[in-house]
Amino acid sequence: MQTFDLEAQGLRQLNTTLHALKGQTNETAWEIVNPKGAHAIAVGLDAPVDVTVRGSTGYYCAGMNKQATVRVKGSAGPGVAENMMSGTVIIDGDASQYAGATGRGGLLVIKGNASSRCGISMKGIDIVVHGNIGHMSAFMAQSGNMVVLGDAGEALGDSLYEARLFVRGSVKSLGADCIEKEMRPEHIAILADLLKRGEADHLAKPEEFKRYGSARKLYTFNIDNASSY
Amino acid sequence: MTDFPHTPPKQSWTFSNDINAEIRRAAATGIYDIRGGGSKRKLPHFDDLLFLGASISRYPLEGYREKCATDVWLGTRYAKKPIHLDIPVTIAGMSFGALSGPAKEALGRGASAAGTSTTTGDGGMTEEERGHSKTLVYQYLPSRYGMNPDDLRRADAIEVVVGQGAKPGGGGMLLGQKISDRVAMMRNLPKGIDQRSACRHPDWTGPDDLEIKILEIREITDWEKPIYVKVGGARPYYDTALAVKAGADVVVLDGMQGGTAATQDVFIENVGMPILACIPLAVKALQDLGMHRKVQLIVSGGIRSGADVAKAMALGADAVAIGTAALIALGDNDPALEAEYNKLGTTAGAYDDWHEGRDPAGITTQDPELYKRFDPILGGRRLKNYLKVMTLEAQTIARACGKNHLHNLEPEDLCALTIEGAAMAGVPLAGTSWIPGRNGF
Repeated sequence: MQTFDLEAQGLRQLNTTLHALKGQTNETAWEIVNPKGAHAIAVGLDAPVDVTVRGSTGYYCAGMNKQATVRVKGSAGPGVAENMMSGTVIIDGDASQYAGATGRGGLLVIKGNASSRCGISMKGIDIVVHGNIGHMSAFMAQSGNMVVLGDAGEALGDSLYEARLFVRGSVKSLGADCIEKEMRPEHIAILADLLKRGEADHLAKPEEFKRYGSARKLYTFNIDNASSY
Repeated sequence: MTDFPHTPPKQSWTFSNDINAEIRRAAATGIYDIRGGGSKRKLPHFDDLLFLGASISRYPLEGYREKCATDVWLGTRYAKKPIHLDIPVTIAGMSFGALSGPAKEALGRGASAAGTSTTTGDGGMTEEERGHSKTLVYQYLPSRYGMNPDDLRRADAIEVVVGQGAKPGGGGMLLGQKISDRVAMMRNLPKGIDQRSACRHPDWTGPDDLEIKILEIREITDWEKPIYVKVGGARPYYDTALAVKAGADVVVLDGMQGGTAATQDVFIENVGMPILACIPLAVKALQDLGMHRKVQLIVSGGIRSGADVAKAMALGADAVAIGTAALIALGDNDPALEAEYNKLGTTAGAYDDWHEGRDPAGITTQDPELYKRFDPILGGRRLKNYLKVMTLEAQTIARACGKNHLHNLEPEDLCALTIEGAAMAGVPLAGTSWIPGRNGF
């Protein structure tokens, strides 16, 4: 295990060091100590390494991640794992706004709650939240899966495209063009896999969830739908 | 019956034929008019300014003999690898999706041959433009369609788009007609549906967040790339100041004449300010912060000729960007296609339904039958020629003003033909020492 003291060595040195890691590196396990809420920790990684952040992070931790596994042993600020391409990001605590925004792949696991706009404009990422999610989550979500073991706030899935949303608890309200949909066997299978990979299979069963998706009524502009926008 | 003189028919200025036609169109369709391009209004513009030229107090430089340099560095504030361009005329962001692949290739070919940069647009980076653009600016947009860190790293600069002149505060809509398989795949959405482009970024709001977003992008790209921030001509003094505060290397300022692939006509014509009004305010913000020439200013929106380039630079810009003019150089709206424009119910020069994807010139389309008409090699050559002419024109004017570099042009080289132009540009009305708004009157 390589240890990096962020307070002592600085952000630029941290990301320079992590960017230098390539696929064949032997230094595959890293811990970052003294993060103290710094922004842009472990961003732009592109190697199959394990990075553990011992503390809470500021904005955009693990932004645009590829291949790497990043664990935050604390809570994460806004935009954690934004535009992630692949790999896994696990937050032990809570996540602030826009968690997993525009993510195109990989898995984001939030073991606490996620704030508003979780999964906004998601484009293929899978997101598993053990707690609740805030308002306007999955806004304009294009593809991928979002699993919420707790409750969802107002306007879930507003202007949704093809992303699948699975919520176990209550939904305060659905956004424009988001509807509850039938849970078919293939969805149960997707959910079972996500709960397992999201370290949540001991907490919930797939059958306890409802599925939400797009009614696809706003896909083509129609003046008669103007009041929905 | 006495034949009295009749009052001749009189059209209303308020309810003109154009206005009435739009009222009838709205009543018939129930939807606002969507079109491409920029403002078609008659606006105060660079035409309202003139250069004074040399005289007894200032001597000119010899054309074809004495050097008048045109190069520009962009991104010198923080980037480890700032951009050096041979000419200060860049190609503005235009998306693959809005434009065909061959049109993007032609922009890359022409710009590279002329020694300048091209810019991606909503929808991501294509091989056509990366492969043919020596210097490519990668737009980081609210929709993040096609956005990925690999393309960030293979760009030469990154432009965080906050707004554009045609629609400051507006998003976009690429209509289903232009969503081919390839466009749908790049944007990760179903084929044939209308694709909204968001009006604001999904993971930041306001200048304090922008500063952190820029930090993240710099960290991901190891502080190598210049970071531009593009804004529409809304509040140029404050937007420029806030972009500088957020850490931008370059501010890109787009006036309301700047084009768009598609948005509401009412938006294009009624929101934002003409570029002439924007430049002096942005320059003032840079000067007040001691950052003029340290953070570079690129301006766009209605740049057509070397005279426009020289005027923009005399007002304090470091470079300009062209979009609509570049498309016209490629062959857009060419009268040679008049018969085909007529079939679409329009005429060469007025065609602006770019969103419908039926462009007979093969430029603003995704229809293979149409875009294969367009020759990217010929298009690139035409664009190179046009860029070279603009540069020569700007040099001609600069030498006449006694300047050995386009950057040495200054507001004192200008006068205005109109009171509006004088007030907006902050230069005297021709034949007077009056700058409206200065010194209390």
